[in-house]
Amino acid sequence: MDAQATQSLLDAALAEVTQAGDVASLEAVRVAYLGKKGRLTAALKALGQLPAEERQAQGAAINAAKTSLVEAINAREQALKQAALEAQLANEQVDVTLPGRTGDVGGPHPVTRTLDRIVGLFSQLGFEVAEGPEIETDFYNFEALNFPAHHPARAMHDTFYLPDGRLLRTHTSPVQIRVMEQQAPPFRIIAPGRVFRADSDQTHTPQFHQVEGLVVDTHTSFADLKGLLAEFVNAFFEAELEIRLRPSYFPFTEPSAEVDVRWHDSDGNPGGWLEVLGCGMVHPNVLSQCGIDPDTHTGFAFGLGVERFAMLRYQVNDLRLFYDNDLRFLAQFR
Amino acid sequence: MKLSYQWLQDWVEFDATPQDLAEQLTRGGLEVDGLEPLGAGLEGVVVAQIESAEPHPDADRLRVCQVKGDSDVRTIVCGAPNAQAGLKAPLATLGATIPNGLTIKRAKLRGVESEGMLCAAAELGLDGDGAASSGLMALPADAPVGTDLKTYLDLDDVVLDVDLTPNRADCLSVLGMAREVAALTRGRWHPPAIEPIEPVATTSVSVSVSAPNDCPVYMARVISGVDASRPSPVWLKERLRRSGVRPISVVVDITNYVMLELGQPMHAFDAQALDGGIQVRRAHSGEPLQLLDGQSVELDDDCLVIADQSQAVALAGVMGGADSAVGEHSDTIVLESAWFDPAIVAGRARRFGLHTESSHRFERGVDPTLQRQALERATGLILEMAGGQPGPVAEAVASEHVPLNQPITLSIGHVNRVLGTAFSAETVTDALSALGMACEPIDHDTLQVTAPNARRDIAVAVDLIEEVARLVGYDALPSKPPGGGLTLKGHPEDQIPVHALRHTLMGRGFQEVMGWSFVGAGRGGFNGLPAHPLELANPLSQEQSGLRSTLLTSLLEIAQRNRARGWQDMRLFEVGHVYAPDSEHNRLGLLAMGRAFPEHFDQPDRAFDFYDLKGELEHMAQRHGLGEVSFVPTREHAWLHPGQSAEVVRGEASVGWLGRLHPQLAEAMDLKSNTFVAELELAQWCQGAKPCHRPVSRFPAARRDLAVLVPDSAPGGAVLDVVTQAGGERLEQVILFDLYQGEGVEKGFKSLGIGLIIRDNSRTLTDDDVDAVTERVVARLGEAFQARLRG
Repeated sequence: MDAQATQSLLDAALAEVTQAGDVASLEAVRVAYLGKKGRLTAALKALGQLPAEERQAQGAAINAAKTSLVEAINAREQALKQAALEAQLANEQVDVTLPGRTGDVGGPHPVTRTLDRIVGLFSQLGFEVAEGPEIETDFYNFEALNFPAHHPARAMHDTFYLPDGRLLRTHTSPVQIRVMEQQAPPFRIIAPGRVFRADSDQTHTPQFHQVEGLVVDTHTSFADLKGLLAEFVNAFFEAELEIRLRPSYFPFTEPSAEVDVRWHDSDGNPGGWLEVLGCGMVHPNVLSQCGIDPDTHTGFAFGLGVERFAMLRYQVNDLRLFYDNDLRFLAQFR
Repeated sequence: MKLSYQWLQDWVEFDATPQDLAEQLTRGGLEVDGLEPLGAGLEGVVVAQIESAEPHPDADRLRVCQVKGDSDVRTIVCGAPNAQAGLKAPLATLGATIPNGLTIKRAKLRGVESEGMLCAAAELGLDGDGAASSGLMALPADAPVGTDLKTYLDLDDVVLDVDLTPNRADCLSVLGMAREVAALTRGRWHPPAIEPIEPVATTSVSVSVSAPNDCPVYMARVISGVDASRPSPVWLKERLRRSGVRPISVVVDITNYVMLELGQPMHAFDAQALDGGIQVRRAHSGEPLQLLDGQSVELDDDCLVIADQSQAVALAGVMGGADSAVGEHSDTIVLESAWFDPAIVAGRARRFGLHTESSHRFERGVDPTLQRQALERATGLILEMAGGQPGPVAEAVASEHVPLNQPITLSIGHVNRVLGTAFSAETVTDALSALGMACEPIDHDTLQVTAPNARRDIAVAVDLIEEVARLVGYDALPSKPPGGGLTLKGHPEDQIPVHALRHTLMGRGFQEVMGWSFVGAGRGGFNGLPAHPLELANPLSQEQSGLRSTLLTSLLEIAQRNRARGWQDMRLFEVGHVYAPDSEHNRLGLLAMGRAFPEHFDQPDRAFDFYDLKGELEHMAQRHGLGEVSFVPTREHAWLHPGQSAEVVRGEASVGWLGRLHPQLAEAMDLKSNTFVAELELAQWCQGAKPCHRPVSRFPAARRDLAVLVPDSAPGGAVLDVVTQAGGERLEQVILFDLYQGEGVEKGFKSLGIGLIIRDNSRTLTDDDVDAVTERVVARLGEAFQARLRG
């Protein structure tokens, strides 16, 4: 095969390469020219029959044509694969702005959310969580807390009773007694839980939640109580709030105090004082009752209304919403 | 306890406005719930007298009165039944705006012009004088015509409503409040001297007490020749009214007055109704008693009664009996002043559905040394206002049962230990003395303190410590932070804690993995992964020679290894740092491949796809209240499928990306072709918002479904955004429930099924209201996308 024939064979092959529309037809072209029985392969085989002086020149030409063809086929194959990928990618395109599959979304009840937050803060200060039953005896709910029978202070608690004389605890304070009975001081506990009062109107629900705190140690003072509550209130509300303690009365603490915070309206103007907590130094009668020597130990206790904190924190305007459980309301606390 | 500011001023010198006083009392533990200024809105109301009252010519119920008030005689048309000639009553003159909100104008009533209004007590906010129901407020005959009513009734006063805690029984009187105010304001107080009244008559009553521990002090005095029909003076009635006690008759008013003044509940019996001497004894079981309020009760032997020789005449400390009550015609009365043990009174009133001023005080504890004074005070007032001849005081006192306050030993060290203070003995003594407590120093650290007998709440040392704290002021006491110098700081509530995201992902089936921070050269020959800019100086190996710049590297490696172990389906997440030359970022990486859910007999298999991964991000955002997140198509990330990748955008900024792993990369790593990955910058992704309640509507929602044809090129998200904007406030929710292309829909278009939930906050919407919303939505879609409703 002379140079001209070789060139025309290459031209024909290149034309076929260009025409090959997919990898399969390209492969057919490769086989037709470069396969065992391919035309260029055959031309190479035929070289042996030529005279030596022609063999070298024609061989070089055929090998050059083969190299060109291999390159062309490879290039064409790359192009075809790229085109196929692009077609696939284009074909697989989705509208990423359409909504995803989320399924239903749940969340905690706002009271749980608030409780978790309160417990989390006290946990940071080394408080341990203690719990007690919600059905209590008169002893734990009142008597051990220095409320004698018929004491007018009992009138501050509208109590639900069971026919057998037991009652639904009106505060989380009975947990103080249970802890003090079972363990030896020092204590640093909080007792979150549900409490009950026989009262239901716009500002009262018959069940609500409190968090009780109790610290008993050898050198615990009213100053520690003040410091702790100020710190807690600021941390909970994430604000530097003005707080005041004002003398009050609980039979199980002496001195006793109510804690008010100066609230601000939505524009940030200072408003009135809002009562958020009750607290005091544990009454020596309560300590003695639990076998703790009031001459060597002092302690303080506090109690806060969880719903109250949740209302202030999340601007909930109606206490009853917490127990209405309207799913649209609950969905706001995720 | 309602306390007249004026009355208090008679007893104690202090320098504080009612508002300041309220603040000081509240801070002192006597919470003031409210301040009620008296006399507000009484400008232009004067004392007037009806000179004549004629029937109205055209109205049976009305009278035409000639009334002498501020100046001339005026014609007033009045409908009150007691509008009679001679009556003195308040007249609201023209222009006055009285407390019930009415402004007085000249008016014609059935043709007769009226120039003012004669007023009832309720209309002036002065109910409680007993005249409210019987028409015009009758003023005493000696009331000077023309005087301002406010001046006449001395209404320049403020009533403080003090919410007393049950321990502060001592403050249930002006006397007690005065002691407290003097202590808190460090003012001077001067209780009026009460002189003993010499008996002028010999009439007496015998008193015997058979239960001296229940009633250790009982005193009684007979006063004969009393004119019980005389009216109480205006000032007395006013003081009762301001204290929330209804004036009844002069004798009863005086016993109530002394109770309010000194804190000693008293009772007056009609002597003629008593059969012989007085006995104080336990009731017999089943003993009947008709009480003053008309109720008949059956008593038990745990009740204490006052009895004559034949029957019980009063439930001790709670309420008198009806039979022996003092009436207008009573001539001889027996005044009682006694001390009952709280234990014998507590709960008894409640048992009979009662709550009286008397039981309220006895249950909480009355000063056991006050009875004589109160009896003398009441006697004096009765003689002054109703006349009569007082007899001698009969008394039965069992001193061994009188619970006088005993000295309490108080150590200054104890005070300081409880309060965390460093008070001196002087500070403590000053505070306690201001409250009328006797302080005897025992040694330099110890005092012996005796509280006034009115203070029934002071029993042990800590009670005194509270008094010291109160007087110093709780605000002035030291405060000790719990963490030493450290401040308690919670997790900011608008930052979602990473552990919360972890738990959410775990609940959605994602397994936490923890890859290497190290990364090495080569990624199966794929060159599209982000480069890592930090190399270690002394790597352990070539595979771990640098620090990762994306979690993708470790997630892919972990997926690859598990795939090699035969895992088909995976959901993985990793939280960890990635490293830049001069910063580190905490990121969340996700990888999912294989089935969308585990094989299940009742659920056809489906491959995890783009909307599954996107849904996971949206779920996280919704679960944690992250707010608005949008997804913008991108081709920027070489490792992602260009047709299935998006930037995750919050606000204006990208906070991460998600998409399908590029097929070439998946192939190179021997991962399934449907491998999906995402990476989020946690600092931005975790920025949420503190919940803020917005009231939910009580009204029902309506739903409208639209089928809209839009060009294929319009991104679905953009269509939904336009719907949301166009819908306005009433459009509560938009649901894309269908997406269709194919037969019936023109080529180059797609059909979107969009549900609109429409609701109003203040009312139930009509069909027209709802249609207005959908029409607006359709119109805007037309403008934005040439969209049209599918026929």
